[in-house]
Amino acid sequence: MAGTDPSPFTLAPRTGLAGFEDRVFQLMDHRPYRYATIAVLLLIVILIPRFCSNYILEIFTNSFLYVVLCLGLNIVAGYAGLLDLGYAAFFAIGAYTSGVLTSQFGWNFWLAIPPALFLAATVGVLIGAPTLRLRSDYLAIVTLGAGEIIRILARNLKHITGGPSGLIGIKRPTFFGLELNQISHYYYIFLVMVLAALVVSYRLEHSRLGRAWKYVRDDEDVAEAMGIPKSLIKLSAYVMGAMFAGLAGCFFAAKMTAISPDSFTFLQSLMIVVAMVLGGMGKIAGMVVGALVMVLFPEVFRTIGPLRMLVFGIILILMMVFRPQGIWPARRH
Amino acid sequence: MSIFDIIAQQLANSLVLGSFYALVAIGYSMVYGIIKLLNFAHGDIFMVGAFIGFAILSLLTGVIGNGWLGIAVAILLSMVATGCLGVIIQRVAYRPMLAAPRLSIMITALGVSLVLFNSVMAMTNGQYLAFDTGLSFDGVDYGPIHFSYTQIVLVFATAALMVGMTLFVNRTIWGKAMRAISIDMEVCRLMGIDVNKIIALTFFVGSALAAAAGVMAGTYYGSIHFFMGFIIGLKAFTAAVLGGIGILPGAMLGGLLLGTLESFGTQIPWIGSEWKDVFSFGILILVLVFKPNGLLGRNTIERM
Repeated sequence: MAGTDPSPFTLAPRTGLAGFEDRVFQLMDHRPYRYATIAVLLLIVILIPRFCSNYILEIFTNSFLYVVLCLGLNIVAGYAGLLDLGYAAFFAIGAYTSGVLTSQFGWNFWLAIPPALFLAATVGVLIGAPTLRLRSDYLAIVTLGAGEIIRILARNLKHITGGPSGLIGIKRPTFFGLELNQISHYYYIFLVMVLAALVVSYRLEHSRLGRAWKYVRDDEDVAEAMGIPKSLIKLSAYVMGAMFAGLAGCFFAAKMTAISPDSFTFLQSLMIVVAMVLGGMGKIAGMVVGALVMVLFPEVFRTIGPLRMLVFGIILILMMVFRPQGIWPARRH
Repeated sequence: MSIFDIIAQQLANSLVLGSFYALVAIGYSMVYGIIKLLNFAHGDIFMVGAFIGFAILSLLTGVIGNGWLGIAVAILLSMVATGCLGVIIQRVAYRPMLAAPRLSIMITALGVSLVLFNSVMAMTNGQYLAFDTGLSFDGVDYGPIHFSYTQIVLVFATAALMVGMTLFVNRTIWGKAMRAISIDMEVCRLMGIDVNKIIALTFFVGSALAAAAGVMAGTYYGSIHFFMGFIIGLKAFTAAVLGGIGILPGAMLGGLLLGTLESFGTQIPWIGSEWKDVFSFGILILVLVFKPNGLLGRNTIERM
């Protein structure tokens, strides 16, 4: 073993792509460089609407939505190691709650966000509390079933949700009296949502709770022996993920002004999982990359549009076999 | 029709539905028992089996007709072909992942599922294909209750496959090896059992049974679709959990029970057929909450 396997403790410089990744990380370890990079990226993102067409803005706005969904699922799957295959259900709950409150009860969009988050969290507790003590793979199937139940509810409760044809006439939000009706407005509003989600994710990851999530993921028995209440910790990750999706749902409903159960199928949940895995589970920057790839890929490769999920399936298998850490390189410890 | 006639008729129908669930559930249960993998792609294997059977039956129609003989040959050939597909999937996607964390292998299974149903979707342009058979609706009547010959033959064929399966697992050396691996894979390796070969065999058998169910479902319902595997995969998983996952008689019992519950559940006036899937998934969640080891499972505390 000793001769062939590079020990993790001797940091001989790596070559090729891996070496490049290492050098990038080394550079990013210096705070000034890191802050400068973030500032430049932010500046580019802020200035994009000045130079790009509405079509490109639309794509970016969609990818912002995916970033928030990926960040939320990343908390559930990446940090806490729980695979949620019905994640679109929480997205649906957020979208429908905000949609129903604004279109049928005339609520203000911003006021409808807290009830939507609350409802998503409540449903998260209802699904999570009884099932999170089970094995993680049971959870995957239960969430799949629960996701389908929520979608069928949205389809069958015609009086509230508009049934299969969906909910229409969702009010556009206003911002200090300005009605948001341009794509660039949504671009900025979504950008603020993404930045908030990024900051919250980052703070959570480096909090006591975030460390507990990772600990439970890596070895729940040992974590429990160390006094971490594992069911509660898992539930908190699940509910946090549900709230991220609920938030994304509110903004989605506001942007589309019409939603239908078709937006919240199992395939939608799968897309979010794929984006998260592509970016690399457990890494915040990876979620941004994964979401961008997920949204840009079908736009760039128009010709294989209908086959994109086939391509994603193959990539998913290859990634898991050869590069489980995702596109975004793994940190070398 | 009196209430008893309705019950008897529903029982007959639920037997067919339950047979499909049971055949697919066996594959789930076997793979789970041996490598502790929830094979999300199993429902899609069922679907691919149905499409292979469809292709074979179309080819055979000019040669030996699309009657019973043609269907029997189509089922057998589809079982072999789909079984081989299962082995290939196991070799390419799952074997490299055996030592990986459970989350990774589950995501791999999702990838396999995506590949399978999207390839079939691409090949069929997402159309429903009519499963053209020469079978009639003739059958046996007991008073107002009607059993078509198709229903009777399907139920008996399923029963035969299950008996064969049980004998295979309990009486042959390969079955013994499977049972041993499900208890302790490492010790089996030390004992000289070719673990990889037995796992491949398990995938072959499980996929073949799913293919048989797929072709049968195609002949019974008359049409097939690339997304047909998704719902039945979920239902079969529910059936496997209901009976106790990893236990073969449990999978069979669970399948039949779920078929019955579903047929009767949708007869309750205020439930109705649009709530059918909610009903089944509700059962799944209830079973997992109150009896996670299933009806036939032992009450052990899982420390994984």
